[in-house]
Amino acid sequence: MKTNDVILQTTTKLVFFIIFLFSIHIFFAGHYTPGGGFVGGLLTTGAIILLLLAFDLKTVQKALPFNFTIMTGIGLLLALGTASGSIFFNVPFFTHAFDDFTLPLFGVTSLHTAMIFDAGVFLVVVGSAITIIQSIGGDS
Amino acid sequence: MNVEEIGKFFGAFLILTGGIASVISVFGLIRLPDVYTRSHAATKSSTLAVLLSLSGAFLYIFANEQFISVRLLLGIVFVFLTAPVAGHLIVRAAYRSKVKLADISTEDELYDVLHSEKKEKEETDV
Repeated sequence: MKTNDVILQTTTKLVFFIIFLFSIHIFFAGHYTPGGGFVGGLLTTGAIILLLLAFDLKTVQKALPFNFTIMTGIGLLLALGTASGSIFFNVPFFTHAFDDFTLPLFGVTSLHTAMIFDAGVFLVVVGSAITIIQSIGGDS
Repeated sequence: MNVEEIGKFFGAFLILTGGIASVISVFGLIRLPDVYTRSHAATKSSTLAVLLSLSGAFLYIFANEQFISVRLLLGIVFVFLTAPVAGHLIVRAAYRSKVKLADISTEDELYDVLHSEKKEKEETDV
């Protein structure tokens, strides 16, 4: 008998975007308020897991065509690259640089290289968590 | 009483109402006979309790600090969307794993639908 998942799937389609936008917000708010790369990454993972619960593995892989193992690698490279970039400017390893820029929509914003490190953490968390879930959930 | 005081009072009042609603929800959870009526109590009134508490917190923070907490608004929308769906899924899973209804219930129309479909499928398989 074919099961009827209309309610779960429709709600998931709506709720996924709320969780995903909130994770982006948490990620960017990490410098001044609670949040950051790890929590944001876990929230994104939660949103993708909700998709996996409502649909099946193949559909989600088709909708989000990323190789999550490679995503982990890219995240590690970003973190390491940000940390080691400081060597070339004759300052200790992991020294971060920041400056105030005037962006068109946001006004004066201070941009840190620590944000790129956080983006690396985000990608590593999402990549490794989704890899774990996919390899546990897959039956092939 | 100025506006700030009134806002704080209503925030506290909403939180109190939410607390009372959640206590009532727990009484329903203990007293009702089977999983379906219990889920009815748990889903509806505890959702209302959470919504009231969150609205109260939002109003109190707004009156006290003039800060509009978008996270609380988002939380209200989120709970309002997801809690009924969670209740629906739990009850559905309970029904499909053939949890018995309470003894006082008189009708079970869905049982015939699910049961007869299963029977037809078995017949076509044979």
